[in-house]
Amino acid sequence: MSNGFLVIGRRAINFITRLGSAFILLLKSLYYFKDIPRSFGQIIEQCFFIGNKSLALVIITSIFIGAVSAWQAAYQFKFIGAPLRYLGAAVGKAVVIELAPVLMALVIAGRVGAGIAAEIGAMRVTEQIDALESMAISPVRYLVMPRLLASVIMIPLLTIFSAFVAIAGAMAVSVLFVDISHETFLSGVKNSFELIDLVSGLIKSAIFGTIIGIVGCHEGYHAEGGARGVGKATTEAVVIAAVMVLIADYLIATVLFKV
Amino acid sequence: MAETIIKIDQVAKSFGKKGVLNGVTLDIRKGESVVIIGQSGCGKSVLLKHLNRLIRPDSGVVLIHDKDIGQMNSVELFQARRKIGMLFQSAALLDSLTVAENVGLGLKEGWKYSQNEIGDIVREKLVLVGLSGSENIFPSDLSGGMRKRVGLARAIAADPEILLYDEPTTGLDPITSDLINDLMVNLREKLDVTSVAVTHDMTSAYRIADRIVMLYEGKIEYDGTPEQVKNSGNPIVDQFINGRGAGPIHVQ
Repeated sequence: MSNGFLVIGRRAINFITRLGSAFILLLKSLYYFKDIPRSFGQIIEQCFFIGNKSLALVIITSIFIGAVSAWQAAYQFKFIGAPLRYLGAAVGKAVVIELAPVLMALVIAGRVGAGIAAEIGAMRVTEQIDALESMAISPVRYLVMPRLLASVIMIPLLTIFSAFVAIAGAMAVSVLFVDISHETFLSGVKNSFELIDLVSGLIKSAIFGTIIGIVGCHEGYHAEGGARGVGKATTEAVVIAAVMVLIADYLIATVLFKV
Repeated sequence: MAETIIKIDQVAKSFGKKGVLNGVTLDIRKGESVVIIGQSGCGKSVLLKHLNRLIRPDSGVVLIHDKDIGQMNSVELFQARRKIGMLFQSAALLDSLTVAENVGLGLKEGWKYSQNEIGDIVREKLVLVGLSGSENIFPSDLSGGMRKRVGLARAIAADPEILLYDEPTTGLDPITSDLINDLMVNLREKLDVTSVAVTHDMTSAYRIADRIVMLYEGKIEYDGTPEQVKNSGNPIVDQFINGRGAGPIHVQ
């Protein structure tokens, strides 16, 4: 029994230590924001990697996020006897404030977070990071800062795009299978839209972008032990980022959306 | 006698419970070529990485030009590292960059050179290592020997005072190894650098060293010229340099 507590305690301490270490890496990266003009090329390259190369994944997942939201909402409307003309309003609001930011963050954590951790991890175990340091180049400035900044910029942009595609997917399901005209659906979306929702969604996704970027960089940066270590770092980057995104989502909701 | 440029004093380092260095003391003078030999895993590379603070000691100090590299602030460390070039065991070229970008990386990121000046320096260094014309090739398309030579060109790009070589000939065929040895000797003559190499390749050690230092069980076991090493009479040194399985060194 006491051994069980010991193991849980050790793991908790390990997890908190790593969060602290990731936070320190975040602060160091923020310090190097002063070198943005110098690292402009790397930042653009990372934006392209995170943004453009995630587009297909974002489109496919967003269509189905929207589609299933419309279907499930219609099912629940039917159950409680709510008029279906509010379907666009309900789905639009849910997509903008919650589904697009959170589900996109989880999908992107799988693609981008893992990619960052694998790349930096491979650089760590093949001494490429040591080589940078030996040339008096800060790996935080050269590798971490551009990836962090690109995540913070691109993940909100992908989230806006995702929201549009998801609403289109929801509308397609509503028109084809729930028997609502697209005018009714869109007027619901339009009437329920408030700028503050979009801003809140963007703030959330910028915070999620920070989490995904820094966790990916941190896990890769501290990878050790060859290919196995890189695999471990990649898995942990996704798991930790996903858990942190969901925890942050709740905390942000309690601040931004008063009930 | 030339001034001491690197002073390693009672350096100890452990990883977890495993003690690797256990009080290493060594002085390296300006212009010397020192080769550190020892079994695989004895801590040679760990010791080398203390010289540009890629690793910090648990205790003891490493002085570069009489300044403790462990206590340097980021600006001092930046200045110190600009004077130290390093060739890594695996060459450690950045996969995403071409040969020319790899060689010029340190110059582009840390120095105030124009693109044209960097291009000229890169071409000059690639000529020195016999790889002119390979500027636009990616590291994945190079052989092991060529990667090492690019790594060497990168290490000397900023005209360092000190060159560190981590297993420069390991994993290479004898002819390519000889080519790398030639390059190291030539570079030393042309650039007048102080060099520290770690290796267990005795052919290479005899070829490039003024002094050979043997590391054993975390300490310096022997320190002498190549001739002295060959005739040391020290059973540990003899067993190692003659590659005998039987003797006082127990293979773990």
